[in-house]
Amino acid sequence: MKPFLELTSRVVPLVRDDIDTDQIIAARYLTVTDRSGLGEGLFAAWREDPSSPLNHRDGASILLAGHNFGCGSSREHAPWALLAGGYRCVIARSFADIFRQNAQRNGLLPVALEEPAHARLLASLEMNPALDVRVDLFGRTVSWRDHLARFEIDDFARECLLGGVDSLGYLLAKSDAIGAFEARRGAA
Amino acid sequence: MPRTLFDKVWDAHVVHESPGRPSILYIDLHLVHEVTSPQAFAGLEARGLPVRRPERTLATMDHSTPTRPGGLKIVADAGRAQLEMLARRCAEHGIELFDLDSPNNGIVHVVAPEQGRTHPGMTVVCGDSHTSTHGAFGALAFGIGTSEVEHVLATQCLLQYRPDAFEVRFDGAARPGVTGKDLILALIAEIGIGGGTGHVLEYTGDAVRALSMEGRMTLCNMSIEAGARAGMVAPDDTTFEYLAGRPGAPEDFDAATARWRALKTDDDAAFARRVTIDASAVAPRITWGTTPAMNVAVDQPVPAPDSDAARRALAYMQLEAGRPLLGQPVDVVFIGSCTNSRLDDLRQAASVFDGRRVPEGLRALVVPGSRAVKRAAEAEGLDRVFTAAGAEWREPGCSMCLAMNGDQVPSGKLAVSTSNRNFEGRQGPGSRTLLASPLTAAATAVSGVVTDARTLETSR
Repeated sequence: MKPFLELTSRVVPLVRDDIDTDQIIAARYLTVTDRSGLGEGLFAAWREDPSSPLNHRDGASILLAGHNFGCGSSREHAPWALLAGGYRCVIARSFADIFRQNAQRNGLLPVALEEPAHARLLASLEMNPALDVRVDLFGRTVSWRDHLARFEIDDFARECLLGGVDSLGYLLAKSDAIGAFEARRGAA
Repeated sequence: MPRTLFDKVWDAHVVHESPGRPSILYIDLHLVHEVTSPQAFAGLEARGLPVRRPERTLATMDHSTPTRPGGLKIVADAGRAQLEMLARRCAEHGIELFDLDSPNNGIVHVVAPEQGRTHPGMTVVCGDSHTSTHGAFGALAFGIGTSEVEHVLATQCLLQYRPDAFEVRFDGAARPGVTGKDLILALIAEIGIGGGTGHVLEYTGDAVRALSMEGRMTLCNMSIEAGARAGMVAPDDTTFEYLAGRPGAPEDFDAATARWRALKTDDDAAFARRVTIDASAVAPRITWGTTPAMNVAVDQPVPAPDSDAARRALAYMQLEAGRPLLGQPVDVVFIGSCTNSRLDDLRQAASVFDGRRVPEGLRALVVPGSRAVKRAAEAEGLDRVFTAAGAEWREPGCSMCLAMNGDQVPSGKLAVSTSNRNFEGRQGPGSRTLLASPLTAAATAVSGVVTDARTLETSR
C-alpha cells in the first residue's frame, strides 16, 4: 500500500450520517476477483443525480461525511472503491469499526473530527467550496487557512500508514508465539 | 476479578500482547465464502504463503449463487469466475468446501451452526459482517475485511484492540407473535445503528433464555446493525441440546458441556454499558426508513421525521409521516437470508401461509438457508404449504438480501423482507425495503398489504 504522510486537497462535502457500505459500493459490483475496476460503482446510485457533489470532485481526494461513516457490510471493496475513485482520506464525525480498519489497511486515512472542528470545517467550506485542506498524519492534524484541529489515531495504525506497511508482516514475525499458543492448547 | 462472558472468551485467545499494539488473537474457526476471499488467496500466493490451519477453515458458496435450480452452469459469468476460483483455492490449500453440489451447501451463517462447527467459547471470523450470528452459541464471532481474511489464512490470528462489553438485558417474557427479530429491531431503534460501535453485546434476561437457538441466532445476527463488533448469548441447555449429535460436535460431548457451563458472566462483572428492555412491552416491529434503526411497532403510524436523514428516508421510501403502515400495499415478500431462513423461521412463516393464498400481483419468495434446511422443511411438508399458497420455494442462498445473484426487488417496488438491511438500493437499484419477522412477512404475503400476524387466525 502507498504510504500516507500528508495530503493537501480540496474537499467533497457529503455531510450525512450513517453512509453505509451499500451506498459506497453496492453488492452487484462485488463479483470481481481482484481490486480493480471498482471506481465505476463508487456511490453509483447517488451519482445518478447530476447535482451531487460527488459529480463535482475537481481532483479532490478528501471526502467529508457525518457520523458512523461506512456502517453495514465488512466489504473491503468500500475502501478499494474510494481509492479507485481518487479519494485518500475521509473526514467524518465517526466511523463504523470494520470500515475504519479496512480503510487503514489500504492507505485510506479515516479522520474522526470532534463536533466543533467538524462544524468549523463545514462552515469554511460553505464560504469557500474550493478551500484547500491539509491533513498531516505525522502531526495528527487537519488544517485550513488559520484553523488547526487535532485528531486521534492509534499508534500502530499510524505507523503502518506512514510506512505504507501491511500489518501481516507484524503477525508473521510472531509465528513462534502463535506456535507456542497452539502447542499449549494441544492444537498443534 | 469477576469477568464477563466476552472477557473469558477473549482472554482465552490472546496469543501475544505488546504495549501500544493491538492484541494478537487466535481464531478457532475461519469461515470463507466466494465474494470476500479471492483477493486474500491471491495475496497469499503473491507472498508464497501456505494456509496455516486448513482444518480450522470452512468454505461455502452462497452470495452470488442462483436460487433457481441449475447450479453453477446458470450463474452469470462474473459470479461464476468467483465460484470457480473459490473451488480451485480450496482444492489447492486442502480447505473443506460446501460447493453447489454438496448436500451441506448453504448460507455460511446457517451451515456452520447446523453442521455443529460453531461451539461455545470459540473465536469465529468470516469476511462477512453477519458473522455476529455465531455469538448465539457463546462464541466471540465477528466480521472482517479481506486483508484480515488473508491474515487469518496465513497466521490463524488477527490484530485486534479489545472492545468493551455491553449488556443488553431483555427482561420479562416476549408476548405470542413477538420473535427474536422483533427484539433486535426494538434494541436497534433504542440505541441507534451506531449505538454498539466499539462494543460486544451480551444478550441476557428471561426473554433471551426463552429463545430457541434459531431465535438467538437472529438476535446476534443483527448486532452489527447496531454497529456492535459482535453479540453473544451465554450457552445453556438449549445450546447443548441443539449441538448434541451434530456432525461437528465434540466427541466427548459431556466433557465439553461441563467446560462450556463455565462460559457465563460472573456475578458483579463490570460492563462498560448496560441497557434493559422490557420484552413483554415489545410488539412486532417493522422498518419504515432506510436504516434498521428506523423501525416502529407494526401497528403504529410512520413517525414524524425528526432529522434530515429521516426526511430523506421518507422521500426515498415514498411513505408519508402519520399514515399507518398497516394496509400499505406491497409488491414483493422475501423470506430468507442469514437472519431468518432456518427451519424455525420457515415453520413460523408456514403457519401463516397454511390455507391462505398470495394475491395476484404479489411475488412471494421463500428461500431456505441451506440444503439441510430445505430437506427438513420438505420432510415436514412446508414446501407444499408455500407453493399451495402461491409462493416460490427456492434453492438456498443469500438471494434477494443483497441482490447480486439474479434475485432482486425491481426499482420502485416495495418489499417486506426478513433480511437485515433496508439501505437504499440494498435489494436492487431503487428497491424499497421494510424489514420484519417471518410472521409479519408471511401475514403481509397472504394479505397483499402490511399486516400484523396477530390479527390473523393461525391454523397451526
